[in-house]
Amino acid sequence: MFKKVTDVRELRLMANTVRQDLIRMLCEAKSGHAGGTLGLADVFTVLYFNALNHDPKNPSWEQRDRFILSNGHVAPVRYAVMAETGYFPKEELMTLRKLGTRLQGHPHAPALPGMETSSGSLGQGLSIAVGIAWAAKYDKKDFRTYCSVGDGEVQEGQIWEAAMSAAQYKLDNITCFLDRNYLQIDGNTEKVMALDPLKARWEAFGWHVIEADGHDVAAIVKAFDDAKKIKGKPTIVLFRTTMGKCVSFIEDCAAWHGRVPNKDEEAKALAELEAQRKGI
Amino acid sequence: MGGINPRAALASLENVERVPQRDGFGHGLVELGAKDKNVVVLCADLADSTRTSWFKEKYPDRFIEVGIAEQNMMGVAAGLSIEGKIPYVSTYAVFCPGRNWDQLRVSVCYDRRNVKLSGAHAGISVGPDGATHQALEDLAMTRCLPNLTVLAPCDWLEAKKATIAAHSHAGPVYIRFGREKVPVVTTDKTPFKIGRAEIFRDGEDVCVVACGSLVYEALVAAKELEKDGIDVMVINNHSIKPIDVRTLADAAKKTGCVVTAEEHQIAGGLGGVVAEVLAENYPVPMKRVGTPDKFGESGSPDELMAKYGLTSAGIIAAVKETVKRKGAMK
Repeated sequence: MFKKVTDVRELRLMANTVRQDLIRMLCEAKSGHAGGTLGLADVFTVLYFNALNHDPKNPSWEQRDRFILSNGHVAPVRYAVMAETGYFPKEELMTLRKLGTRLQGHPHAPALPGMETSSGSLGQGLSIAVGIAWAAKYDKKDFRTYCSVGDGEVQEGQIWEAAMSAAQYKLDNITCFLDRNYLQIDGNTEKVMALDPLKARWEAFGWHVIEADGHDVAAIVKAFDDAKKIKGKPTIVLFRTTMGKCVSFIEDCAAWHGRVPNKDEEAKALAELEAQRKGI
Repeated sequence: MGGINPRAALASLENVERVPQRDGFGHGLVELGAKDKNVVVLCADLADSTRTSWFKEKYPDRFIEVGIAEQNMMGVAAGLSIEGKIPYVSTYAVFCPGRNWDQLRVSVCYDRRNVKLSGAHAGISVGPDGATHQALEDLAMTRCLPNLTVLAPCDWLEAKKATIAAHSHAGPVYIRFGREKVPVVTTDKTPFKIGRAEIFRDGEDVCVVACGSLVYEALVAAKELEKDGIDVMVINNHSIKPIDVRTLADAAKKTGCVVTAEEHQIAGGLGGVVAEVLAENYPVPMKRVGTPDKFGESGSPDELMAKYGLTSAGIIAAVKETVKRKGAMK
């Protein structure tokens, strides 16, 4: 089993490393989603280095926690934390989106051990998590099922079908977490198709809701821990994040949802991240 | 002259028994439930009409009601299969694959999940409910998906065999069923193998390739056509995908012309796949019997089948036209 990292400074340094990985791999790939992936670097670092029970050397370990990535376009941040926790060599990150790669633009599960599902068409992952969690209850297995969704993603009706069913089956072995960055391709989520009051909506669907700062590593650790203690209903963590976090010219800019840095921008971004690293 | 293929071991066409195909699904599930505790059944508020209520009575803890939410149902099934369950998804064909096709594509087929799908109430014979409930596109929608096996059994016994065969067939399988009581043409001894087309009747002048309830109509048509001296081969093509290229190409070579018959749009279904196979392997004059790029409507099943030519009479007309075209080419 992967030895969990509990030291907050160590986790913050790793999140910085993951952001540098992301800048390099996206620049090399020449296409992808810089904003959302950078915004999730802290949450995914905590997920893989602290929250999940998993074994990178034995990806299909029976008792592993299952992690379903529903918002498939942020796959690079998952690839980065997988490489950093030892699922595959870091050099492979540079093959992202290239012909023959295991790191498909949107995840293709059979290609890469350690990924439970393929995704990319939004709204489907939570239903899969419900199926896994139902089977775990039926078989009396005590692993947990995690599911990552984007905020714009929950405009999909299937999410709410899945939300209803998770509450109906009392799946308290699910932790869903949502990347609340208020941005989607066409602009601010509240202008495109309003999601608020998001907490009240999830509560009305029978879920326990935790709100947390998605860039405060200690708060992320606590949110995932607290979610495990809730019995009788599923839990969702709404992580407040900033798209493009830690790279000044990408931060909070909808235009960066679906673009990547060029060579000049890569150098600038890496310099910024290196400077921040010294302050951690 | 040809005639009933002895290897096919068919029931008599006289005083034929009539049973809904969906009963075969219901009986098959009950049998599988006893055999394998990993079999689970998912239902979207249609337990009685899909016959999954029979499974529910016996194995209530393995029966999952998802409510009227077919997209979620497909995803939940994918999740269950990840944990080693063998989920059977049940609803009407207009909703599965009609309503949840993208979930079928990404959550199930792309990852080759071991999920079994049933499309009940397929075809125009759904009757009075009208066009919204008559699935005439499901074969076209499913057979284009990589990794997916597509089956269209001809009667309830074959539907039961298909349900059971799907269990031991790795990967996703779609099986379509009709609503109405239809003639039972097969017996326990009739062979059924995924990927194999069965020659139910041998003949030399024309080959009718049919699926679903049109297999019976084709056999009746073949008997009628004896009077006109036309010797008809009848193939039960229950396996839409994988398609039995060899049997179809050999039949075209032997008879020189082909008619297809199905309760489905003539585009993209059985007629479509047979046309593709023959165009690439052994092109012959061909005619497709099915719904001609039109939606259905309300009416009794018999009225609708007659109106759209999905009867032995419709097949006879198509055969005569096709045999004539073959003759003109000589």
